[in-house]
Amino acid sequence: MTRQRGTVEDSETGATALGSTDRLFDFFGRHRSVAIMAAMLLVAIALPLIVLAPPFSGFNTQGVWIDNFNGAGIYVLLALGLNVVVGLAGLLDLGYAAFFAIGAYTYGLLASSFYGIHVPFWPMLIVGALVAALFGIALGAPTLRLRGDYLAIVTLGFGEIVPVVFTNSDALTNGTNGISGVDRPSLPGIIFGASNPVPFYVTMVVMLTIVLILLYRLQDSRLGRAWMAIREDELAAASSGVNTITTKLLAFALGATTSGLAGVFAASRLVFVSPDQFGFTVSFTILAMVVLGGMGNIWGVAIGAFVVFIVQSVVLKQLTNFLQPLNIPFLSSIDFLQYQFLLFGIALVAMMLLRPEGLFPSSRRRRELHTAQGDDLSSPQESAEPLT
Amino acid sequence: MTATAQAAPAVPETPDDVLIARSITKQFGGLVALRNIEFVIPRRAIVSLIGPNGAGKTTFFNVIAGLIPPTSGSIELSGMRLIAPARRAWLEPLLWFAPPLLVLLIGILVSGGNIQLVALWGLLALLLATLILPTAMARPAWYESFIRRLGIFRSARPNDIVRSGVGRTFQNIRLFHNMTALENVLVGMHLKLRSTPVDAVLSTPRHRAEEEEARVRAARYLELAGLRGRDDELARNLPYGDQRRLEIARALACEPVLLLLDEPTAGMNPRETGEITALIGRLRTELGLTVLLIEHDMRVVMGISDRITVLDQGERIAEGTPEEIRRNPRVIEAYLGKPPS
Ligand SMILES: Nc1ncnc2c1ncn2[C@@H]1O[C@H](COP(=O)(O)OP(=O)(O)OP(=O)(O)O)[C@@H](O)[C@H]1O
Ligand SMILES: [Mg+2]
Repeated sequence: MTRQRGTVEDSETGATALGSTDRLFDFFGRHRSVAIMAAMLLVAIALPLIVLAPPFSGFNTQGVWIDNFNGAGIYVLLALGLNVVVGLAGLLDLGYAAFFAIGAYTYGLLASSFYGIHVPFWPMLIVGALVAALFGIALGAPTLRLRGDYLAIVTLGFGEIVPVVFTNSDALTNGTNGISGVDRPSLPGIIFGASNPVPFYVTMVVMLTIVLILLYRLQDSRLGRAWMAIREDELAAASSGVNTITTKLLAFALGATTSGLAGVFAASRLVFVSPDQFGFTVSFTILAMVVLGGMGNIWGVAIGAFVVFIVQSVVLKQLTNFLQPLNIPFLSSIDFLQYQFLLFGIALVAMMLLRPEGLFPSSRRRRELHTAQGDDLSSPQESAEPLT
Repeated sequence: MTATAQAAPAVPETPDDVLIARSITKQFGGLVALRNIEFVIPRRAIVSLIGPNGAGKTTFFNVIAGLIPPTSGSIELSGMRLIAPARRAWLEPLLWFAPPLLVLLIGILVSGGNIQLVALWGLLALLLATLILPTAMARPAWYESFIRRLGIFRSARPNDIVRSGVGRTFQNIRLFHNMTALENVLVGMHLKLRSTPVDAVLSTPRHRAEEEEARVRAARYLELAGLRGRDDELARNLPYGDQRRLEIARALACEPVLLLLDEPTAGMNPRETGEITALIGRLRTELGLTVLLIEHDMRVVMGISDRITVLDQGERIAEGTPEEIRRNPRVIEAYLGKPPS
């Protein structure tokens, strides 16, 4: 009895000894959605301020930086969506840009002078996402029986077909020329524009916050576990009662939804849609972002996508501009922008060799790779396994 | 005690049989893995399936679990015919493709050469196909009962078999290696959890309560299988014996009526084998389960089984109580080879 009281007291003093930071972490651990909102708010305020300081201030004005962040946000959304399909459910999708295109075209066609239809931006966010989801299911359905390489090749095909359809249906989509004069979003008293990227920025931050919360909740639910089970062993998942067909379709649909959102946003930001915005390089870039960031880890993928985009669209250009006047032989004559995919490729190869789990692996994958290295040959389990 | 009383002769069917297999034949190309197998499992019995390597035991499991369609024969689970030859299968694709094609045809006829209108109708047809095809592939319950009413029959899929009360383990361990032990069991509970993705996204009280309760229950299954305190370990990091236990825990989480265990003690030392044997006994007495067991270890089989069926090269060569099987000359021959005469 006394001993019991003693332990209770111990744990109580332990609790009061917790630092305030510990308690903060404890609070956010239990209220993850609040933590995500707080983190996004902090990042959203910090980013435009950081770029006022050198060396970033030398690259671009704050306005251009914010516009770049909007571009990065689009790719973060795309990478988050693809992460559900590839990272969680383990379905290798090489044609993910198709859903981006479908979202963008849905908005482009229904909110421009091309058909003279002008549906407002805000409901179109949902419509675009739903249309993309529908196509996600439609394109996902025939691939459901396929695995691994075969699935990758079929999705690669879809990724090629969709832009080609938009290119060749001249009468419906204005073909190669694309659709210009797409509507910008509108809110009373707020002007969304190229010269004023802040409203777009706020919109993107809100969208990302919602998507992040949603994805985290799904990942930890019955559906999220079913996705991972399919990734690990589809047959065992089915034998545990998981309807693999529905589960895979939901992964495709959710990935496409996120992509559709990104598409609507992108179309209204550029006020222009054309088929060449959605080529294979886009699918490939998003996939590389997911892999570099750390497949399956939501934050890792988001940060990976952000960094890759900023490096691609800002750093490489600045590097070229910076080196040119220095007259260093060879280096000064390189246009790094032209070599972005070469550099990208090198980064991927290096990553696979040095840190295959990605920059920010999920704790799960890190543990896995860690132990795999730890007990390489001395593992008695392997030899004990019977072959029959 | 009741269990042994119920485990009277297994061959004659009684209404209380959990599983009835009728004349199951499975051919892999020219190889007959199972030939006209008749099999009955009475409720709350422990029935063992033994036989030399390649006899067809695992194949029989896979047929029951819906993973391999039998070449012929049928299987009833708790009175429901779940696996049998397909009937009117040709009708189903018609159901899927007729509506969209009809819409497209009407569209082409109605729009009189106006390409934009045709495209719109085409889009409508596509939309319809988009709704019908995935639904048909996912086969929800209402769709199943709809096609049954049209006289169409297709064998149940593995997840349907789980729903009707069969849990299984695999001979070559098939865990979700990069998930924790607890998560593995939670996947096993998939069909017992009710909350939808929408519940999860909105984090409704119902969802949170269910998740919390599910974790408690999952931990209890782990404990039952002898894995207390291993909740947060990745399945791949568990020692071999614990991986086998985790497979049992995951199978139990489906709350099966019939549990299929494929060599649960393979590769285990005598102490672990004893523990698993005791666990199987407890599953019947405490959870009221019926167990179909494939096992090479004769001490386990003879000690625990009510009935034993012996397969050899796809044929059922003997069926009876452990005592009968021990003395059966055909069984001895199959295991030891023909005695020199
Ligand atoms: N998918 C398959 N394709 C072709 N042949 C198969 C397949 N599965 C099993 N077989 C063959 O069917 C026969 C029965 O195999 P099965 O795995 O059922 O034997 P078993 O009784 O479980 O043997 P063991 O005791 O070794 O596990 C074997 O000859 C095997 O090679
Ligand atoms: Mg076997």
